[in-house]
Amino acid sequence: MPDRKSIIDIQDMRKVYDLGTIQVEALRGVNVNILENDYVAIMGPSGSGKSTLMNLIGCLDTPTSGEYILAGERVAHLTDRQLAEIRNRRIGFVFQTFNLLPRASALQNVELPLVYAGESPSERRRRSKEALEAVGLGDRMKHKPNEMSGGQRQRVAIARALVTNPSIILADEPTGNLDSKTGDEIMQLFEKIYANGNTIILVTHEEDIARHARRIIRLRDGLVESDQIVSRAA
Amino acid sequence: MRFLVDVFNGLRIAFGALRANKLRAGLTTLGIVIGVMTVIMMVVIVMGLNKALKSQLDFLGAETVFVSRWDWQSNNWRDMIKRPDMELDYIDDLRAESREIEAISPFFDQQMTVSYRGAQLSRINIQGVSEEFFLTNPKELAEGRVFTAQEVSRNANVTVVGPDIANQLFPDQSPIGKEIKIGAWNFEIIGVTTKYGKVFGQSWDNFCVIPYGVFQKRFAGQNFDGLTIVAKGRGEDRVEELTWEVTGIMRRLRHLDPREVNDFGINTQSAILEQFNSMTAGVYAGGIIIGFISLIVGGIGIMNIMLVSVTERTAEIGLRKALGAKRWNIAWQFLIESAVICAIGGIVGVALAAGVSQAISSFLPTYMPLWVVLVGVIFSAVVGIFFGLYPSLKAAQLSPIEALRSE
Repeated sequence: MPDRKSIIDIQDMRKVYDLGTIQVEALRGVNVNILENDYVAIMGPSGSGKSTLMNLIGCLDTPTSGEYILAGERVAHLTDRQLAEIRNRRIGFVFQTFNLLPRASALQNVELPLVYAGESPSERRRRSKEALEAVGLGDRMKHKPNEMSGGQRQRVAIARALVTNPSIILADEPTGNLDSKTGDEIMQLFEKIYANGNTIILVTHEEDIARHARRIIRLRDGLVESDQIVSRAA
Repeated sequence: MRFLVDVFNGLRIAFGALRANKLRAGLTTLGIVIGVMTVIMMVVIVMGLNKALKSQLDFLGAETVFVSRWDWQSNNWRDMIKRPDMELDYIDDLRAESREIEAISPFFDQQMTVSYRGAQLSRINIQGVSEEFFLTNPKELAEGRVFTAQEVSRNANVTVVGPDIANQLFPDQSPIGKEIKIGAWNFEIIGVTTKYGKVFGQSWDNFCVIPYGVFQKRFAGQNFDGLTIVAKGRGEDRVEELTWEVTGIMRRLRHLDPREVNDFGINTQSAILEQFNSMTAGVYAGGIIIGFISLIVGGIGIMNIMLVSVTERTAEIGLRKALGAKRWNIAWQFLIESAVICAIGGIVGVALAAGVSQAISSFLPTYMPLWVVLVGVIFSAVVGIFFGLYPSLKAAQLSPIEALRSE
């Protein structure tokens, strides 16, 4: 599909951490281009710059140098406040540890990004219900995280990521805290989200999980080592 | 509108966090509770005392001066007793020279026994006055009439009595027209005043008012205090002018040199109240300072616990930021939490103060106006905002990556 638009365009991105006496170069000139409705896995051993790249893609951090164009917007050197808005609007985060608010119900957890988007309470409720139904938790809205299984919690987190209709779902080891059967269910859910036209970026160190993606980007020592299309053999 | 939504969200988060840490929030807010309670108790007691004294002194009349040998606010008896006697002639001079005086009367008093057919009342306050006295004093009549200028000038044996006398000597009938004995002399009751109540625990309703000429003729020999001149001015707001004018006239009548001090006493209700208020003001200020110190100590406690709360909830802050919370969203959340803890402390403090002042009101007059309640609660919320500021800004400054990593 040659007419798909680029959603993430990273050019010569560098990130240097100043640790006082020493400087650590986490990214040393990374170029990545991700198109709309891509399904990309980012892999690499620890220290490869994988987490740094994820933070930068997620607009949680700004690069030392280089360019980052997210859905046509140059975001590499935006202010804190602007980045918060971009995160809210463009990116849905899914974390390894779910990161749900323990005292809030599933519905309230899903509503959270809409609160910061300034949506009205009724609109928040309506869209959060939809998102929870989409992940198969229509009957668990009032439950608190400690009343749900790990898989259900991660579904709530996915619903929370989807509720703002973001351009990108950014998932950091989404199955890391789940058993393999539950993990598979979550990956099937991502497949569904992908089929709906979303762009998914998966950060993982597990080959099995990465193979769910259509494309695997491997990092090593702060550089892209390889960027391959996954063969869908059987 | 947007602002209200933010406040509402902040409140919801704050109450959720407080519910999760009830004991801790309760202990933290104790300093605020005690601070607010101290300040409010101080205000309530001092205002109560001042108000009680004011109402106790109302019988004097707010627009009246009392000129006599005695300064009520002094206890230098040895000097005051050497002062010359007050003279009845002064009354005519004062009336002639003053622009401020509306009514003026002599006043003598003396404790006597009053009786009617074998029933006896001892230590009754007998007051010798002119007919104008009833214009200077806020006494009202329940029955009958007051005496006339003619009755005063011909020294008629008539009396206006307080309701205690009437009730005790004539429980079942009207006392008007009855003859009672004051000491050894007969007086006809022509009027009864309305009930006034107690002043400093003593009934203010057991007196007999008689014409001053009769008083002088029959009882003056036993009168120790001497003459007091009671002069009523044109209103409460002119009592100062009245005081100055009467002082000036009195000094002229006494031929006082400008360097000499007054050899008479000029007494007003407001002067007594002022003296009392200046006494209570010291207590007031002291109590408020103590209350403020405990509020500050309480505020530091709040700051401490908010810092702990920020550290504990680093991951939550990171998550909120990742989901799009801006710095001020986070700062706002913690500020509201801090303000809510303190405002709850303030409400508890006010409630405790209200309870305590109710409990002690039987032996100590208290007065709690609504503004004290509002100021107490609002002020403690302000303390919460002030001491919550640093922890809130600290939370707002957290980098989302660091915060998320802390999990």
